[in-house]
Amino acid sequence: MANPQTAEIATELSKGSENVKKSSPITEFWKKFKKQRLAMVSGIFVLLLVIITIFGPAIAPYSAEEPDYVNVLQGSSWDHLAGTDAFGRDIFSRIIIGTRISLFVGTISVLLGAVVGTILGLVSAFYGKWVDSFIMRICDVLFAFPGILLAIGIIAILGPGLGNVIIAISIFNIPNFARIVRGSALSVKATVYVEATKSIGAKNRRLIWKHIFPGTASSIIVNFTMRIGTAILTAASLSFLGLGAQPPTPEWGAMLSNGRDYLSTSPHVTFYPGLAIFLTVLAFNLLGDGLRDTLDPKIKD
Amino acid sequence: MLQYVVKRLIGIIPILFLVSIFIFLFVHLIPGDPARLVAGQDATLQDVEVVRQELGLDQPIHIQYFNFISGIFQGDIGSSIKTGRPVFNEIASRFMPTFWLTFWSMIWAVIVGLLIGVISATKRNKWQDYLGMFGAVSGISMPSFWLGLLLIQVFAVQLGWLPVGGLESWKSYVLPSITLGSGVAAVVARFSRSSLMDILKDDYIRTGRAKGLNEHKVVWGHGLKNAMIPVVTMTGLQFGFLLGGSIVIETVFSWPGLGRLLIDSVAFRDYPVIQAEMLLFALEFILINLIVDLIYGFLNPQIRYD
Amino acid sequence: MTEKMLEIEDLKTYFYGDEGVVKAVDGVTITVNKGETVGVVGESGCGKSVTSLSVMRLLQDTPGEIVDGSIKFEGKSLLNLSEKEMRMIRGNDIAMIFQEPMTSLNPVYKIGKQLEEAIKLHLRYDKKKARIHAVNMLNLVGLPRANEVMNEYPHQLSGGMRQRVMIAMAMACNPKLLIADEPTTALDVTIQAQILELMQQLRNESNTSIMLITHDLGVVAEMCDRVVVMYAGEVVEESDVYTLFENPKHPYTKGLIGSVPKLGQDVEKLDSIPGNVPIPTNMPSGCKFAPRCEFAMDICWKKDPVLLETNDKHACRCWLYQDQEKALEV
Repeated sequence: MANPQTAEIATELSKGSENVKKSSPITEFWKKFKKQRLAMVSGIFVLLLVIITIFGPAIAPYSAEEPDYVNVLQGSSWDHLAGTDAFGRDIFSRIIIGTRISLFVGTISVLLGAVVGTILGLVSAFYGKWVDSFIMRICDVLFAFPGILLAIGIIAILGPGLGNVIIAISIFNIPNFARIVRGSALSVKATVYVEATKSIGAKNRRLIWKHIFPGTASSIIVNFTMRIGTAILTAASLSFLGLGAQPPTPEWGAMLSNGRDYLSTSPHVTFYPGLAIFLTVLAFNLLGDGLRDTLDPKIKD
Repeated sequence: MLQYVVKRLIGIIPILFLVSIFIFLFVHLIPGDPARLVAGQDATLQDVEVVRQELGLDQPIHIQYFNFISGIFQGDIGSSIKTGRPVFNEIASRFMPTFWLTFWSMIWAVIVGLLIGVISATKRNKWQDYLGMFGAVSGISMPSFWLGLLLIQVFAVQLGWLPVGGLESWKSYVLPSITLGSGVAAVVARFSRSSLMDILKDDYIRTGRAKGLNEHKVVWGHGLKNAMIPVVTMTGLQFGFLLGGSIVIETVFSWPGLGRLLIDSVAFRDYPVIQAEMLLFALEFILINLIVDLIYGFLNPQIRYD
Repeated sequence: MTEKMLEIEDLKTYFYGDEGVVKAVDGVTITVNKGETVGVVGESGCGKSVTSLSVMRLLQDTPGEIVDGSIKFEGKSLLNLSEKEMRMIRGNDIAMIFQEPMTSLNPVYKIGKQLEEAIKLHLRYDKKKARIHAVNMLNLVGLPRANEVMNEYPHQLSGGMRQRVMIAMAMACNPKLLIADEPTTALDVTIQAQILELMQQLRNESNTSIMLITHDLGVVAEMCDRVVVMYAGEVVEESDVYTLFENPKHPYTKGLIGSVPKLGQDVEKLDSIPGNVPIPTNMPSGCKFAPRCEFAMDICWKKDPVLLETNDKHACRCWLYQDQEKALEV
């Protein structure tokens, strides 16, 4: 509970803001988001990554998979900005082309998890009773396994490969979204206007999609951004363990794994792909932090 | 307090039950015939049938589940396909190295994380706060295997101060624990900062200041113990993250623990071992969270007396 | 003869927020004499609590800052003290009781520890002596089973008991000035009466000066020697308690008194003051009460009146009692 004084001042300030002309939610959002410098920079970086994803193979100076046995394990130079790997392939080019894989795997797996999780969360919050407890118990069970362990278990069943990595990461994202969406859907459900719409006899499905879902949107967006970072990291870890992308795919985690044998002589082979993962995940996390602070200050990490 | 402990213990029974069903079904989800899998590709149809009967796979599913559970209580959780030895023996020798690794990682991560969190909360919007929080978000974003390799490169390969991998002496623990704990330290730092910042707005903090206490006593004496209550809960959840992280870290540092055994088993499709490992990890995670709940009850007098 | 304990002079405490500057306290002057109880009355948001926090210099959690004015305690300026010197005064010479007894005690520590803390700090007692003193204080404030309460947690006590603990804590180091910020607002009516009685009794025994902040005129009538009425960060009327109730001058004070139900008086309806406290970032340019005042004249919208002592010790900030032509000439 806040001090009465600070609460008093807060109400005074909010009274003041009522006076300010109402502007659209998007301009309001932009006004607040602009103040978050770090999040802005991260947003621009993510945009850059998206551009690289689209034009990757066109920008990359060398081929990703063509070996060049003349230039094996060379350090950084003007020809090869990040050096070359054990097959003489240009690491910089491989990182650029690999951007596509990491971003795709990260986004798709979170998207799949978010869609299923959101539906489960909405259904759980809306119908309550045994449906709610059934769905939430399933989530509890999934939560009892550390994320990557669950993914490894799923891959043990399905076999290694990028596609299965996506499935595995989607599955462990489901309970996360289900819980968050359920929580905010319950608070939206308790508001008067949903009660009112219910009393005029609106259909359940319409009620969920038209009235409850929009109220949960901001927490979904924030969580989505935050989870992408984790998903990219997990996918890279799985590939590093040899359970994800297989050589010669230029996946960042797999590249790192291949470089391990040359750690003492050519550390650059592991350094640059790791840096790429780090910066990408950092950008998504900072962007998520910024979105959280602007959209939904209630969610704490 | 006793009532609270009993209540928490009863509370985990349904979740244990569901987890056991999940793990039991795990082997049944693998495409193909588990009996054929255990018997091997070259086995004759007869051999497969023998294995099927040995494993009880010819029984109705609920009997199989019952056998599975009673097997767990007798320490009989099948044999490794790879070595033929009982899974129990395979896991037992690997347990302690992983336990100590996660333990030391947790200890330093919580201490350092709390310290950073408290400093950031009290120096809000000053350079200490910005530095601490940027460090924390970097810690969360850092791929652990990359950090591990960087540390090996600097401290083992170039400086030669610490071993590259394996488990020989206390020195072997240093690099893996730093690598494994860094993510948790970052999360603890972020969480304790926001928790303490909320607490510092509370009325009793103002009471403490009105009494004439100095900031040090107000923050560390009155603020931190309250802030610890949500932090402890969150730390329990982070333990899952640590267990998961250990799988990757053990591969980086060639650690003779459960994580590397799991990865080796996945590569070899050694399903009984995978099944047992998943059960063990889940049990450990549930157990840790139970302990955390108990610590929570100890920190929060309102729970103790309810 | 009258020794001045606390002198607040032309205090200005402003809050800096996203929406602009809020002048929470805008030129307030209040004096508390030795042994005197002064009531500070006003609606929530009028700046009375901010005034008390300014005196204690406890604004660090808020975006507030003292921008002008002086606060003197026993003749020495509090605003010039270092934070360390100020800490020696807080809880020792000046103690404070807050509105929320439910949240003003730390939930994770026993009552005893919280009481002993200030005693050990200011009176420099050892653990044993501090404990004896703490138990004595609990007995003094009329808590039954004081010894057991020492070992209990705040949530095991009722609201009234907690407020008694807060009072015991405040009185433990024998303060010269007690600032009580709405000490009875959060309590049940019967408990309110008990707590007020306790405060009266303690005041009579220890001759402590009290600055009592409240919105409840009943409490003022019961407790105070002198009253200061605040509105929108300013003092609008000040007089001794009898004069104020018998002959209120400012329309706002009249409104406040009119809105209190009186015993034995059969009223059809209570008067209320129309409208709300003005928005702090958008204060009216003239008298701040003008928008809600039934007597508002042209001049009230143009120029803020000054606080003028009309006759002996009765001051009022209202054009009804002031020479308008003279003011307009200036």
